Amino acid sequence: MPFQYLDELAEGFLTTLSLTLLSAVGALVIGTVLAAMRVSPVPVLRAVGTTYVQLVRNTPLPVLAVLFALGLPVLGPSFGFFTWAVLALAVYTGAFVCEALRSGINAVGVGQGEAARAIGLGFGQTMRLVVLPQAFRTVVPPLGNVLIALTKNTAVAATISVADITLRSNALITSSADPLGVIGASALAYLVITLPLGLAVDRLEGRVAVVR
Amino acid sequence: MRRTRTARLALLGLTTALALSACGSDDEGGSAAPAPEQTTFEAGTTMAAIQERGTIRIGVKYDQPLFGERQLSGDVEGLDVEMGKIIAAKLGLAEDDIEFVEAVSRNREPFLQQGQVDLVIATYTINDTRKEVVDFAGPYYITGQSLLVAADDDSIGGKEDLAGKTVCSVTGSTPLERIKTEAPQATVIEFDTYGRCAQAVLNDQADAVTTDEAILLGLLLGAEEDFKVVGEQFSEEPYGIGLKKGDQAFRDFLNDTIEASYEDGSYQEALEATVGQVQDELPEGPPVDRY
Repeated sequence: MPFQYLDELAEGFLTTLSLTLLSAVGALVIGTVLAAMRVSPVPVLRAVGTTYVQLVRNTPLPVLAVLFALGLPVLGPSFGFFTWAVLALAVYTGAFVCEALRSGINAVGVGQGEAARAIGLGFGQTMRLVVLPQAFRTVVPPLGNVLIALTKNTAVAATISVADITLRSNALITSSADPLGVIGASALAYLVITLPLGLAVDRLEGRVAVVR
Repeated sequence: MRRTRTARLALLGLTTALALSACGSDDEGGSAAPAPEQTTFEAGTTMAAIQERGTIRIGVKYDQPLFGERQLSGDVEGLDVEMGKIIAAKLGLAEDDIEFVEAVSRNREPFLQQGQVDLVIATYTINDTRKEVVDFAGPYYITGQSLLVAADDDSIGGKEDLAGKTVCSVTGSTPLERIKTEAPQATVIEFDTYGRCAQAVLNDQADAVTTDEAILLGLLLGAEEDFKVVGEQFSEEPYGIGLKKGDQAFRDFLNDTIEASYEDGSYQEALEATVGQVQDELPEGPPVDRY
């Protein structure tokens, strides 16, 4: 029976999928706010944004995950390990989303911002109505990269006791006599998420591309 | 200018000479280790070959407190290391003639099969699968799966009390699988090291850590205020000394040496100095199994 463990892997697949979706939403929100901070006219906000990106982007994700799951509870907050995993992934990926987005913002012509201010828009309105919509369009491919990386990075949750694809396959490798089958099946399970994601990004890119 | 350089060189030479002579006299001094015995062995035996070579290579753990743990000074300490010293002394070797090599669980069999070490003394459980590829002397210590809980937790007295509790162990380990059948009502969480499990207990994210008591005692070292080991052991793990398969004369010698160490008190001394740091009542040396 080569596929007797598919049930267990399917449960792991659902966990990985929800890890990916929740932390992707979190990362996009965090990244957008950070990017706005990094291009804002307020020096303090710029400094905070830069510090965040440099600190988080340069910390290995497995270290961050354990720091969140076992370190932060020492200071008080208590969540389940799934929540800690989502938080760690969102915080980590947010830094990369920010940088991708910032490159998009920098690609929007200076004249756009000047024109927005000339008609009386404030910083928030300029960003929301003029700059960000154009920025998002140019950064669809790099953001797609970040999200695909995020999907694979969710495997780090296995080190903090979240029963995702990786943790389930680790257990199955010891208990089933078919290690290669288990590893192959879990690789396929990740592809089921990442391949459609990649295709969706490609289609989106074609539809929103700025024709210049 | 030139004169200064010559003077410096002379000074350097003098210091080196002094340092060397200091080293020499240190060696004469010797240490508190069991004194080497002058026994001769029949030519052709492994014992004679080791004696001839003048060194013995022993694979020990570097990360297992109380059994084999590498200190910041570079020395390895623990019961496994002490057993190695007792054996080396019987072979007429001084402590400095022992070369300790790091053995991790996965490389213990290859180390012996390829002859990279003479012995593996590395919290090495004797079992039938392993007996097919290597030989074992001993056991010299018997442990079993047990529970580590917070020092102020009186709600857990053994595995029967685990229903509704959260137990932590290491991913892919035998104790993790065993606790799922021994305490089916418990929630099981897993990390990749026991240290992280211990942290989870400190954080109230888990109620107990489970694995071989020998490893739990290692976690207890330096944290006696935070944790305690509770309940009866619910598996049996006899630790043996691994050697290359088929070397009967060497195995007999090792078994004799272990038995002699029970009788002359050197085993109890070694146990006292290591496991004795965290456990008051120390076990007797278990009978060796000349299978």
